[in-house]
Amino acid sequence: MSDIAVRMERVFKKFRKGEMYNSLRDLVPALTGRMFRQRELNDRDKREFWALEDVSFEVKRGEAFGIIGPNGAGKSTMLKVLSRVMKPTRGALHVNGKVSAMIELAAGFHQDLTGRENIYLYGSIMGMSKREITSKFDDIVDFSGLAEFIDTPVKRYSSGMYARLGFAVASHVNPDVLLVDEVLSVGDALFQRKSVERMRKIIQNGATVLFVSHNLKTVADFCSHTLLLDHGHPVTIGSTPDTITQYMSLLQQHRAEDQSRPVVITKVTARDAAGPCHRFHSGQKARIDVEVLAHEPCSKLAVVLYLLDQNYYPLFATSTERLGHGNVMLNPGDTLQCTFEVQLNLGPGVYYPSANLFRYESQQWFDSWEAAETIYVCSHEDITGPVNCFPKVIRQEVHRGDLREAKSHLSDKSETPENLGSAANRGRDCP
Amino acid sequence: MREELKELYKYRELLYTIAYRDVKVRYKQSIMGVLWAILMPILIVLSGVVVRYAYAVAAHVPLQTADITSVAVKSLPWAFLVSSIRFSCLSLTNNKDLVTKVYFPKEIFPVGAVLASLFDFMVASGALTIFLLLVHTGWSLYLIWVPFLLLTMVTLAAGIGMVVAAASLFFRDVKFVVEVFLTFGIFFTPVFYDVAMFGDKGKWLLLNPVSPILDAFGACVGRHQAPDLPWLAYSVSFAALSLIGGYAFFKHLEPGFAESV
Repeated sequence: MSDIAVRMERVFKKFRKGEMYNSLRDLVPALTGRMFRQRELNDRDKREFWALEDVSFEVKRGEAFGIIGPNGAGKSTMLKVLSRVMKPTRGALHVNGKVSAMIELAAGFHQDLTGRENIYLYGSIMGMSKREITSKFDDIVDFSGLAEFIDTPVKRYSSGMYARLGFAVASHVNPDVLLVDEVLSVGDALFQRKSVERMRKIIQNGATVLFVSHNLKTVADFCSHTLLLDHGHPVTIGSTPDTITQYMSLLQQHRAEDQSRPVVITKVTARDAAGPCHRFHSGQKARIDVEVLAHEPCSKLAVVLYLLDQNYYPLFATSTERLGHGNVMLNPGDTLQCTFEVQLNLGPGVYYPSANLFRYESQQWFDSWEAAETIYVCSHEDITGPVNCFPKVIRQEVHRGDLREAKSHLSDKSETPENLGSAANRGRDCP
Repeated sequence: MREELKELYKYRELLYTIAYRDVKVRYKQSIMGVLWAILMPILIVLSGVVVRYAYAVAAHVPLQTADITSVAVKSLPWAFLVSSIRFSCLSLTNNKDLVTKVYFPKEIFPVGAVLASLFDFMVASGALTIFLLLVHTGWSLYLIWVPFLLLTMVTLAAGIGMVVAAASLFFRDVKFVVEVFLTFGIFFTPVFYDVAMFGDKGKWLLLNPVSPILDAFGACVGRHQAPDLPWLAYSVSFAALSLIGGYAFFKHLEPGFAESV
């Protein structure tokens, strides 16, 4: 066996857009019409487009490989070609071993069957034998956390329960090659963490995993190499951080070309006083540059800057107007550049500076760019959570029942009046 | 084609699971449960009895038990064929998600639909056996033909099922056309009447490949006779060809399913 798990060689996939004849009622008149007219042939070329054009890559056995790209890049087509549901128009796909696609979970569920029956149904759709499912049944139920509902028809399940059961089954298939869609984002935070853990275990057990995703975090977490697709073309294949950087600049380029909005945000970048920077220390000051391009005249515009944590939970927001800089008026072709300075009193982790354009007067949104930039914050303190309160322990005493008293001051600094005050507050005012 | 058959064999468990799902869902959804399997045959038998009664009145002869037996024996395979074709016709379009997202041999859907209908047939056969015992039809050695006749029926149903399933995926109105054929097909098939009633002209009826099979069911179970072998051979060849042709047709179109559904 070679050590290449998946190899795609110069794959092309053509689609026809526009109306297709999907009923006899339309087909018969169209055919008779065609007998009299010959000009249809030219039309046909125009209606064809390439969803994938000349895509080649190799994934080694046991590797996690990412495929990213904006909407319409050909990711879904790629998944379908990889899972062999669609045949490429040209080119070849070689896969070593059993492929299983963890895509749109629960597509195989039947509403009227119970959870138990659906585990068997979905399991065999995913390619497991009955005996295999029986042996893993308890693990699957256990993982889904739905033991008490397992004999309830799934139509009574909530969408979260549905998705959890789907993930539980799909993640127990143990294929040689696993295709993963946006499935790590189902369920609540706890289940998501469990899913991520499970995925990590699957990779550790030697499965080859292909992630096809919008979610850069997932790709960055798991994949060593990533392919970036745009309009069916492979833009770049390389190490994940490089590819993600390219993806970001591709997005900026697409934004600037987007004529459908009157004003667009074309750039959100982080830097320190010296230059572009993505890695900051907790408490350090960062500058965020936001650039806006106007396609149409637009007045009373405010730039809003907000910060998301790694779960896309908003932590902080401000705007040019709220910071007392008023609003601006832009004419077509104008660009607006503004720079925010923020002090990153954040806990260690990944954060996404984001921006949108807003008119306070009419409460109107113009453009919004979520997670436009990514920054990493590290801190000297070993803390968890999104904020850094710069903690210090300035007193720790043990009063033993013994006659001898053990008393320890951690550092000389803790004797300063300022720190003593805060320690006292902590002790008395906050029960 | 050998590769494809090998793959189908590999996925045989999924075939049973899908057939089992279809049966289970059908029986779960219907309040009548098992009655579902015998409802359609009972309706066919009742309408057959009405038709037969009209013949009897027109011919000034009393209605015989043998006439009713004949209708009952032939209704079951006919009901099986109709429900197989009807369910396989919808089997791909009803499982759109699976067709577009997961790879496995898609003939599992129409064939699974045929197997699920076969289950209904078995349940209904149980009821028919009780009926035949009650009216003292008796039995003969010719009954050993029955499994073979049934196999021919299944072959034919699977062949036609694959064709209509694939066709209805590409053309949404195929199902209406199929429905019309299924509704009026009974008039061109000896279910209510017997081929013998037409005398010499009966052979024209037997050109319908379903007719010799149904006639053979009537002969073996009801009349204790041997089937009309030359005509039966004609049906068997037709069924075999429809299975091979239907499978080839289905496999030829299969790569386009995910794009067109």
